[in-house]
Order: sequence, then C-alpha cells, then structure tokens
Amino acid sequence: MQLTVWTYEGPPHVGAMRVATGMEGLHYVIHAPQGDTYADLLFTMIERRDKRPPVTYTTFKGRDLGQDTAELFMTAAREACERFKPQAMLVSSSCTAELIQDDPGGLAKGLGLPVPAIPLELSSYQRKENWGASETFYQLVRGLAGPQAPAPGTERPPRPEGQRPRCNILGPTALGFRHRDDIQEITRLLNRLGIDVHVTAPMGATPVDITRLGEADFNVVLYPEIAATAAKWLERMFKQPFTKVVPIGVGATREFIAEVAALAGVDPAPALEDGDSRLPWYSRSVDSNYLTGKRVFIFGDATHAVAAARVATEEFGFTVVGLGTYSREFAREVREAAKRYGIEPLITDDYLEVEAQVAELHPELVLGTQMERHIAKRLGVACAVISAPVHVQDFPARYAPQMGFGGANVLFDTWVHPLMMGLEEHLLGMFREDFEFHAEAGPSHLGASAPAETRPVAATAPAAATADTPEPEATAADGEPVWSPEAEKELRKIPFFVRGKARRNTERFARERGISRIEIDTLYDAKAHFGR
Amino acid sequence: MSSDKLTDIPVLRERGQNSMFCGLTGIIWLHRKIQDAFFLIVGSRTCAHLMQSAAGVMIFAEPRFGTAIIEERDLAGLADANEELDRVVARLLERRPDIRMLFLVGSCPSEVIKLDLERAASRLSQQHQPQVRVLSYSGSGLETAFTQGEDTCLAALVPELPQAPADAAPDLLVVGTLADVVEDQFMRLFTDMGITRVQFLPARNSREMPAVGPNTRYILAQPFLGDTARCLEQRGATRIAAPFPLGEEGTTRWLKAVADTFGVAGDRFDQVTAPGIERARRGMARMREQLAGKRLFMLPDSQLEIPLARFLHREAGMELLEIGTPHLHRQHLAEELALLPAGTTLSEGQHLDKQLDRCRAARPDVVVCGLGLANPLEAEGITTKWSIELVFTPIQGYDQAADLAELFARPLLRKAKLRV
Repeated sequence: MQLTVWTYEGPPHVGAMRVATGMEGLHYVIHAPQGDTYADLLFTMIERRDKRPPVTYTTFKGRDLGQDTAELFMTAAREACERFKPQAMLVSSSCTAELIQDDPGGLAKGLGLPVPAIPLELSSYQRKENWGASETFYQLVRGLAGPQAPAPGTERPPRPEGQRPRCNILGPTALGFRHRDDIQEITRLLNRLGIDVHVTAPMGATPVDITRLGEADFNVVLYPEIAATAAKWLERMFKQPFTKVVPIGVGATREFIAEVAALAGVDPAPALEDGDSRLPWYSRSVDSNYLTGKRVFIFGDATHAVAAARVATEEFGFTVVGLGTYSREFAREVREAAKRYGIEPLITDDYLEVEAQVAELHPELVLGTQMERHIAKRLGVACAVISAPVHVQDFPARYAPQMGFGGANVLFDTWVHPLMMGLEEHLLGMFREDFEFHAEAGPSHLGASAPAETRPVAATAPAAATADTPEPEATAADGEPVWSPEAEKELRKIPFFVRGKARRNTERFARERGISRIEIDTLYDAKAHFGR
Repeated sequence: MSSDKLTDIPVLRERGQNSMFCGLTGIIWLHRKIQDAFFLIVGSRTCAHLMQSAAGVMIFAEPRFGTAIIEERDLAGLADANEELDRVVARLLERRPDIRMLFLVGSCPSEVIKLDLERAASRLSQQHQPQVRVLSYSGSGLETAFTQGEDTCLAALVPELPQAPADAAPDLLVVGTLADVVEDQFMRLFTDMGITRVQFLPARNSREMPAVGPNTRYILAQPFLGDTARCLEQRGATRIAAPFPLGEEGTTRWLKAVADTFGVAGDRFDQVTAPGIERARRGMARMREQLAGKRLFMLPDSQLEIPLARFLHREAGMELLEIGTPHLHRQHLAEELALLPAGTTLSEGQHLDKQLDRCRAARPDVVVCGLGLANPLEAEGITTKWSIELVFTPIQGYDQAADLAELFARPLLRKAKLRV
C-alpha cells in the first residue's frame, strides 16, 4: 500500500477517457461501480467541455455483485451502441471491475455489435493515467489502421509530384495541459513550412480518421507520454518516421523546425525567420538581468520537465537545482537531462518526497504541477505551472500554448510573473523595516497574497520544517551548530527568498569546521566561502 | 410505477447508469467539521483521484484525508494487506501527531477483496490508544451514494459515543452535519425556548462527542441518515419526527416538533421564532418574484431533493416536474411527502439517459444536477443549478432561507443578464 495525499496521475481508465473524449464518433463503455462517473466532471468542469464525455458506465452496486454484473455490462454496451451510434467502441474495466473479472472484451465480442469494439486491458493496480492514454491510443491505432497496413517489407511509395508533404500530429488529448493551443501553434508552424496536417489525433479525430493515419508522410509526436508507442508502431508498419524533438522553448522549436523540414524535404528558413518570438529579446533586455542564476526546482511529466529545464537554463539564465518527474516510463530521459545540469534526478510519484526535496533545496522558484502549488504555498516559494495535473485556471480562455514561438512568449510571462520584481528586490535588500514592503509581505505586484508565514498545526509534520523557523537552542545536543541571537538577527537581513539557502550553507560551513556557535562572522565567512 | 402506501404519490423506479458520487465525497465536508479527525481511504488510485478532483481546487497546507492505495502485491494475500495497512497508519500518525480520531474508509476495491477494515480498526485502536481512536466505515460506491457516506460515518461513531445515565434528564441530540453558523443559530433558538441540554452529532472535536442513552431525543437535521438513526435507536434514543429545517416553514415545523417534545409553551415558541419567521418571509418575498411559476426538474444526488422541492414549491412558488432522489427513506420523509403537491413525479434510482430524455422533453426552467451534466445541459440551452453546492453551503434555518432560494434564482438571473 502506498500512502497518498495527492496523486500526480489518475487511474489508467481516466487516460482512456482522455483519448475517447478528445475524439469524435468513438464511444467508451466502462465497467465500473457507482461513483466512478466523477471522472466526467474533469472534462465538463476542469476543461469546461460543453458535452458529456462519450462514456457509458455500468455503475454497478453491491447488490449487483454476483451473476448479473456481466449482464449489466452487456445491456450498457448494447444501449450505448444503439443510442450514440459510434463508428467504433472502446470497452474496459475500472479498478473495481478488474477485480470481479467479467471480461468486457469477450462480452462485447459476444454481442455482435455493428461496429468494432476495441478491448483495453488497463492493469489499474500497476499502471496510471498517461500509460492508460498511451495504451488506448496504441490499441485504437493498431485496431483501426492495422488492416490498412501494407505487407511487411513493402517500401513507402514516393510522394506524388506536386503534392505537399503531409504529416499527422500525434498525442493531444482531452484534459491535456494546453493541448488545444499547442495544436494550433504547431499546425501554423507546419503550414509556414509548406507541410499539411493530415490527421491530428486523438484530439479531434474520428475512428475513420484513425484508419487513414498511414497515408501521411511522417508523424509529429507532440506528447511522447501519449503517442510514442503508437508512433513507433506506425513507423514499423507504415515506414513513417516520427519527430523526436518536442518544440517547447525557442531553441527546441528551432531544432524541431530543422527536424521536420528534413523529414518533409523542405526548406526550414521560412519558419526560422519568423519573428514572432519575443522571448529572446525580453530575456536579453537589462530588466531580466536579475533573473540570472535564480535557483529553480522543476517537476512534472517528463516531456514538460525536461523541456522546462532547458528553457530555464538556456533562455532565462536560471540555475536548475532540482529536476524530477512522476512519469516512470520516461525516467531515462529525465536522468540524462539531470546529468547535464549536474544534479540528482527525482523520479517519484510520491508527493511527500517532492515536498521534502523542495524544502531541502530552497529554490527561489518552483516550476511544477498543481501539486507543487500546494508545496510552494506551504513553503512560501514562488511557483508557476508547467505540466499536468492542473486545475481549472490552467485551461484558460485566452490563447496560451506552451509550444512554438508563441508558446515561448507565454512561458516568459508565466515564469517571471511570480518572482519579486527587480526594483523591489533591490529595495528590500537595502531597507528591511518598511511597514508595508517587507520580506514576509511577498511581492507587491501580486497584491495582498503574502506567502503564508503562519502555518496551521500541521507544521508539526517533519516535512514542514522550513528554513525560516529558528531552531531551538536544544539542537546543540545533536552536535548541530547553534545560532547566536546576533547572527540570527543578521540572517534576517538577507532577502527571504535566498535566506533558507544562506542558513543551510552557514550551518554546513560551521559543521564542517566544528564551530558549535554561529556568530555574525561565521555567517560572512560562509558567504565568502560559498560565494553568492 | 408503484403506489406508495404512505402518501399515495407514485414513485418511478429505474435502473441503469447513474451519475452520482460515491460516499467517499462525504469526507470533503466531514474532515472540516471534525477538526481532529483524519480520513484514510483504503482504496485504489481512482479513489485518491476522485478526492483530489473534488477537493483539489482548495490549496491545502495539509489536508486531513488521504488514501492508502492498494497495489498489485496487496492483492496477492490478505495477511500482507493488513500488515501494509498497519505500516501506513503508523507513518501517517507519526506525520500527524495532532490527529485524535482516525477513520479507515472502505472503498469498492477494499470491499470486493473483503479486506476487514472493522477488525483492522479495532486492532489499530488497541495499538494507538489512548492517543488515537480508530474507526471504520464504508464510503464505497457499491454501498453508498454521495451523502450516504456521512450516514455510514456517523453510524460508525454512534456505538463509540459515551453512555448517558439511565436516570439522566431528557436531552436533545441534533443529528447531521450543519454549518457552524447554522448550528449556533439553532442553539440560540433552543436556549431561548428553555431547552438547554442540546448536543450535536458530529461534534466539532472527537473528544466532545455527545453522550447517548434511553433519555436521548434525537432529531435529524439531514434526510440521508437512515443507518445513523437505526444505530441511535439501538442505544435507546427516540426520534422526533419532523420535516427538515429548510425554508421558513420547514424550520418552524422542525423547531416545533422539538418544542412539543420538550413541553415548550405555545406562546413562548411563537415569541422565540417570530423574529426568524419574519426575517425569512421578508427575504423570501424578493426570491418569490424571481422563482414563482418556474418549472423545476431535479436529478438524484443527495437525498435533499424532496425537502428542497417542498420548500421551492410551497415558499418560492415553483412548479415541480420530476423530483429524483437516490434513495427514498419513507419513514424519515413521511412529513415531507405529506407536504408535496399532488401529482408530483418522484423517481428513485436512475437510468441516466432515459431521465435526460424526459428532462429535455419537459423543457424545465431550472434543472438541478451534478457537475458532470451541468455544462452539457447549459450548452443545450437548459438552465442548471449544480447540486453539490447545496451540501457545501449553509442552507438550513430561518436566516438561510433566502440564501437557499437565491441559489436557484441566481442561474436564472444570470441567464437574463448575459448578452453574449
């Protein structure tokens, strides 16, 4: 058993729902107990969709357990097929139905439905949401495009003369972080290169569209967590190469353009010359000078975390002090990236472990998910969201891609916003007794929202121990250095967002030299030793 | 359709997909009410996901609920699962030493694999006494729909309540979670009537739970407390029958039932309730203008539907089309059913698609439904009031009557206002 306060991903059937809900003309029948319909509101409330997800639940209850749950499933599948007249169906069990083993796939087959019913085996006790989406998309592609595949060993016929190159965009789903606008941004970029988008899937595609995937010249994989498996299969079956670069950030977008242009045999120049990315100039302008070396902690799905780390270092001038992901399937990519920044990667789906590491590293900015907002709030650190899971505010009305040059503009504004503005940061460093602008008041451009210095009873939890809580003198017993009142007071003069780091460095400095009582001089000795 | 003996109101019973929450969602308000309790769901990732989807907008410093997620290896053997549970609980209590009461909450997976949480609770209680009491109840979708999770939770609490001496003076127990402000208002009214021995279940703190015994008179403040009532009666308590305290009429009748039980004189009752009645009526006059004649359709959700429909019909003048409820407790709702207008269509249970067909055909002015349906219906041009809010808002008592009506008037007002 795993003790969970928050979970980064839902169960795998929610991943399957994301594929089904993103598509048109597909219906998903899920064998699930009463209550599992809660997942509908992820789509109708968080993503604000104006239609019910195309999902029918059997919603069995305790009194149904026994012989007739299989009958319930068959009735639900038959009725859904008649009512919604889909082009294809998905069938599976939720976690509870997996335990009662009714075999929806076999039952659906026995019904003789007029449309293909694709069974999903989702292993709810081992796997999670993104895997569920990936597996569902893969099974759909295999089941629907498979029959169109050429005989093994057949070469791809060359593109007919005069026909523009075309690609599929793979990966966007319902409930994806900014998938809606990423599609638009990338479609526009491809168009500028003279490349047509053949099918975008799962989002917006029908089962009939899926059968036509093999007609494109190559595939653009925007979200490997969801589409890598399907893209690899398409490469094997249809000889369609696929893109490996995820175009988040200016540098990655330029590489993506080069990669796509090479796959399509077109000139990358028209897209590269485009000047609608303001990030490079904004980041070079002197106002951004103070961003240099800001210590940032990054956590999210592997794709967004790795991309954010590159953008943070190369395009913002930040220092990445922590990098991690909950996507175990993509741990290798995150490990490799962490190596580039000389840090230990954090591969975990345990929220408490992430919290402990943020508390330990004292970053000045956290780039993470909705969960890291909880952590950052508790620790009083600035935070911006870069990855799912997200809540309703991250499905905005405005155009807000993460990808392409337009996405880079959004990243610049979003990440800088929570930080203290430059002038305020300077003034705080000089004058600390202002009744209005003081360290604990938080950035004044964010209005009244102060990072909470007051914490509830819960602060007794070990993980809650934060930098600014003065340790009682009693810690001397553990061989830990003790702060003299003068040094403690001097420490308070250091701006709050780097104070935690200063405290930790000074204590480390004292410990290493066997200093048991930290005086003002120890503080400055440590500062000189560690720099900054 | 079958005829109901108590009231002669026909009840449509249907079976099929329903769109209700499971009982786990009760934790979202219960963990705020009982401030030193922690709710540990023993379930799957789906359960954890449900909880954070429902409560995730609140950014918590430290939530007082969590999930012990059953993994593949727990499914292998039950002995293991018990050891695992002990380990998880020990870790949790170490992290949260301020917790005094721990609820192990059963889910669909834990019930299907027949993990005995009751036995686990008594084992863990022994291990962690006297600091922490460990109880168990079911919040699974197999056994409970939405507010029934509160019923099973309180029913688990009842056997743990202290015993009131057999010769104690009669006291009043108000049962069902109420907003703190509502609780305080009722307390003042009872005090003014001279009823001073009043307690609430649940109390705000696990150490202040009320005593119960043969001289306990209890009144339900919520309509979904069937099991809790049964457990209280097993301990000798007697129910005071009344409609539920929604709206001016419901509140007056509810208070009156208590007053009669405790022998409060008629003129004293009138004197105490008059200001509240007057304020509630004044507030409702405005609301009535907006709601009278509007046609209401309610999908099943919380079991609050029938008292709400009674209030909206009798005090706001709304016309009732179909009133759905997940479960109809005939005895507890007898006083409510008697106040419903003849010809009201009641439905118990749900076949979602068929019910939506009826709803669309009826073209109601307001549909009360869950969040999975609200936006899709709005997009079809049907005005909705999402039902969950009714459980999270102070709605009982005189001074909330107009607020309650306003919840239904607001979507209509908004529809009239918007020009986009």
